[in-house]
Amino acid sequence: METYYHPKDLARFAEIGDSVPELWHKFLAWYNAVFEDGALSEREKALIALAVAHTVQCPYCIDAYSVSCLEKGADIEQMTEALHVAAAIRGGATLVHGVQMRDHVHKLSM
Amino acid sequence: MAVKTLLPTLHKRVHPLASPVYQQGLLADLALRPFTEAVAGAAQGPLRAGHIEVLQINVGKRCNQTCRHCHVDAGPDRPEVMPREVLEACFRLLEQSAIPTLDITGGAPELHPHFREMVARACALGRHVIDRCNLTVTQLPNYADLPEFLATHRVEVIASLPACTPSRTDAQRGEGVFEQSILALRHFNTLGYGQEETGLVLNLVTNPVGALLPGNQASLEREWKRELQRRYGVVFNRLYTLTNMPIGRFLEFLIASDNLEGYMTRLVNAFNPATVVGLMCRSTLSVGWDGQLYNCDFNQMLELALPQTIFDVSAQDLDRRLLRVDQHCFGCTAGAGST
Repeated sequence: METYYHPKDLARFAEIGDSVPELWHKFLAWYNAVFEDGALSEREKALIALAVAHTVQCPYCIDAYSVSCLEKGADIEQMTEALHVAAAIRGGATLVHGVQMRDHVHKLSM
Repeated sequence: MAVKTLLPTLHKRVHPLASPVYQQGLLADLALRPFTEAVAGAAQGPLRAGHIEVLQINVGKRCNQTCRHCHVDAGPDRPEVMPREVLEACFRLLEQSAIPTLDITGGAPELHPHFREMVARACALGRHVIDRCNLTVTQLPNYADLPEFLATHRVEVIASLPACTPSRTDAQRGEGVFEQSILALRHFNTLGYGQEETGLVLNLVTNPVGALLPGNQASLEREWKRELQRRYGVVFNRLYTLTNMPIGRFLEFLIASDNLEGYMTRLVNAFNPATVVGLMCRSTLSVGWDGQLYNCDFNQMLELALPQTIFDVSAQDLDRRLLRVDQHCFGCTAGAGST
């Protein structure tokens, strides 16, 4: 079936480096450094990445960071809590914009 | 609480995967890059052994657990137990050589009727002794004093624990195993195990719970030390992350979950030539319960035997021996390696 997303395309990510390789290598070096143990552990960073992957709704990222979270020691409870954090921020962001809506309503209404 | 087993052994179920030849055939049929080619490509093949640093004896396949990832297909129903004549031949080799370490594995090696004798004799010879402990064995009737015995002989305990939370541990090893493992670890800790100043070494081993590669060992060790201490008051020395070998009951899981090809592809793609120099098979001699010799415990389960047996070999005969390899060996060379 024709679809814009193919699971096997995740393994082809490096093909992006075939064009403008110097930028790809800079991206890759930075990307890898971001996920190294630091003030946050690799597991904690993978959980953040998983949550962000859902908010940007990237199926490749969801695939990659579901695996990464498990390999770095997270369990499904931690992963699900990370999703709720992302979902709460998305929900909260929607609701907090209601203040703007209310301002418009109050300004325009008698 | 009694440990609940998950499935009976492949052996008991008369499953086709109980056959090592069948297992090898499945891996060969995947049409992936041959391991021999990967090693040659790294300009390090064919692989040869160095001096034997570790005599690893698999004293039998009896175990009180039936873990889902077990490469041995060990379990309570397995009848294989190392007989006296093999045990004596192992000690002859140990006495006639300078092999510094005796590594006792199984099954649950402590269930062997002469386990304590083996430990005491190896210690008397001045050898370092490692016990591959599943932890829950210490909770069985008649085994409660096992930690004291091991401490008295200053045995290094390498204990299996797949996760520092209950759900993933029990999913791999059986319901209630995590709780019993924590009880066992606390017992070892009360004797001084896991504390740098005592010299009583308690190392943990984690295998991924699923078709996954292990995470970064150093990072996981830091997290485990913090979490096991915080949640359960447990301390340990080192955490080793090991890759699940695509053999035995883990192979069964890979097939049943439709993960075999994907998992093997990941292992092959993660081949790291830097791991080859430190492969455990280069410094280990593995002895089967029946006296057959192998390069490692994984080869043992696939019956990739050496031409010699424990009855007709000296340590010198085995130096520089050609190592038998096959597709499962990608499990030891993936990522940071698994030895």
